[in-house]
Amino acid sequence: MTAKKIRVATTSLAGCFGCHMSFLDIDERMLQLAEVVEFDRSPITDIEHCTNCDIGLIEGGVCNSENVHVLREFRKNCKILVAVGACAINGGLPALRNFIPLEECLQEAYLDGIGVENPQIPSDPELPLLLDKVRPVHEVVKIDYFLPGCPPSADVFWKFLTDLLEGREPSLSYELVHYD
Amino acid sequence: MYEHLETAENSENLKRVAVDPVSRVEGHGKVTLLLDENNQVRQARLHIVEFRGFERFIQGRPYWELPVLVQRLCGICPVSHHLAAAKAIDQLVGVDPDNLTPSATKLRRLLHFGQVLQSHALHFFHLSSPDLLFGFESDIGKRNIIAVLNAYPDIGLQGVKLRKYGQEVIRMVSGKRIHGTGAIAGGMNKSLTKAERDYLLEDVDQMIRWAADSVALIKKVHCSSLPFYDEFATIRSNYLGLIQPNGALELYHGGIRAKNDQGETILDHFDYCRYNEAIHEEVRSWSYMKFPYLLSLGKENGWYRVGPLARVNNCDFIDTPMAEAARLEFKAHSNEAMVHSTLAFHWARLIELLHCAESIKILLHDPDIIGQDLVTQGEKRFEGIGVIEAPRGTLFHHYQVDENDIVTKANLIVSTTSNNMAMNESVRQVAATYLSGRELTEPLLNNLEVAIRAYDPCLSCATHAVGKMPLQLELIDVEGQLVDKLIKHNDGRIDRNA
Ligand code: SF4
Repeated sequence: MTAKKIRVATTSLAGCFGCHMSFLDIDERMLQLAEVVEFDRSPITDIEHCTNCDIGLIEGGVCNSENVHVLREFRKNCKILVAVGACAINGGLPALRNFIPLEECLQEAYLDGIGVENPQIPSDPELPLLLDKVRPVHEVVKIDYFLPGCPPSADVFWKFLTDLLEGREPSLSYELVHYD
Repeated sequence: MYEHLETAENSENLKRVAVDPVSRVEGHGKVTLLLDENNQVRQARLHIVEFRGFERFIQGRPYWELPVLVQRLCGICPVSHHLAAAKAIDQLVGVDPDNLTPSATKLRRLLHFGQVLQSHALHFFHLSSPDLLFGFESDIGKRNIIAVLNAYPDIGLQGVKLRKYGQEVIRMVSGKRIHGTGAIAGGMNKSLTKAERDYLLEDVDQMIRWAADSVALIKKVHCSSLPFYDEFATIRSNYLGLIQPNGALELYHGGIRAKNDQGETILDHFDYCRYNEAIHEEVRSWSYMKFPYLLSLGKENGWYRVGPLARVNNCDFIDTPMAEAARLEFKAHSNEAMVHSTLAFHWARLIELLHCAESIKILLHDPDIIGQDLVTQGEKRFEGIGVIEAPRGTLFHHYQVDENDIVTKANLIVSTTSNNMAMNESVRQVAATYLSGRELTEPLLNNLEVAIRAYDPCLSCATHAVGKMPLQLELIDVEGQLVDKLIKHNDGRIDRNA
């Protein structure tokens, strides 16, 4: 393959890294992928800004101001932006906090918890601001594709990426689509 | 040792330097430094900057959802959360660990050995090996697993396959590699079939060989850079973890053992259901991650380290032969009762990787692993506490329920939280030793990150949230003027502009 490598960036917002782990579950196919793809900003590299990427994979919903910032950076710099997994698509499990006032969540963790000493809600200016609710990524930026699952299986990543790399419209067979 | 660097006096007169985020760790943290006019470090902190609120929002859910809910705290060690929650809800249905059926206990242990094996492989090969093989201050473009696969294809591929094997063990027991189901209150929901067992047996000897190779590799890396590897980011600390009744290393169930930096016992075979009498957590305003400490030693001196280094330090022996031989070599390399080297975390981690591979083989040959007697029932209780040795250390889950089986209270102390103070101390040690009085450079940043990475922190677990920000380092003078700025670009180039 002499053509220019496809640049892929990935990030985890308010997710658990399970979607990233599922991507790594392509196992030895990683070697094949590395022949046609190079990784830009991602938790597995030390590259911290994405620029001029072909594909951006977003894990996790949006729970604080910093997530918004990162998501916008990805939209601006990725031709194709993909919401990966339940959290990115609808907030997922962390969005359970949407039914409870944020103050109560903080109170439980830092004031009323079992064995808590020096109770106080962390407030240092170094800590970014939390959003009142956890939001799906498509509420913040335009998303081109959605890969469902918690997490989507390694085969979903593989099929989706190989379709794109070979210039086909990605399509997932019935067995690959699941919403756990 | 470096506590004096936690909070500077007159901080408004100091320059701020931020390393944000810490990369190649799971989750999101940043380091801030405050420097005086001579660039001497006066304050250094590792902040955990995100928050999710699991302890609150799982209240109101039925208890039986817990193992599948809370595992979504972390996609790297979901099984540890799954099993800690399962151990807690066993108690809610009146089942104590000794009352589980042998098949249920062994299936859970097998599942957890798979988890620790895959997490340790991931951490060493996918995240840390670039630092250890290419050097801490190597070119940024090389500091990733793809570069390792290119430069050391055998090592890289063994890492990928070791992780794969651990994931396959998890899949066979729980149906999925990530966020499967397996443990239920009082036992397990399925056994292994003979075909599944035989499939896992096919590769297990190869995995043991590769795990042994990885121990030899880290030993070589560590010992060929002495005394640097024994000194870098090193701090003296207490150590805490679970232990078997006979003093053997344990990952699934046991009492709590804590030792001090001299190797003297603080707690031994302490019932973890009474953890709240031994450990409290302090809140500090500048981090969402709390600071646990041993009550008997107090806030100042009671902090401790957990994880592979703590476990290998604390145990009297390891009950599988190759890992035990490796442990003896490990201990022999230091002339102290406890190994305090922070980089020795990697070595200890790979000894555990070997132990997991050996233990998986033993369990697969045990007839109980395909047994069908899987669930026990008892009298309902209203409180359950489950503790397990997750890959990164001791993990506490504590729940209370009402008469309708709805969760009313939850407390989670995740492994990385226990290492909070230690990671901060290591950051301060590196800042004081390698940064103080120097000019900012990108490799310098990576030194701070190497120190944190040794702990394999899962900041995603610890804050119950994750995220990342661009890596940018700013130096601001006493007037608040930007005097220096380093930016890492996507191609790895470093720019400096004032
Ligand atoms: S979708 Fe599931 S696996 Fe992915 S980040 Fe969310 S909880 Fe984790």
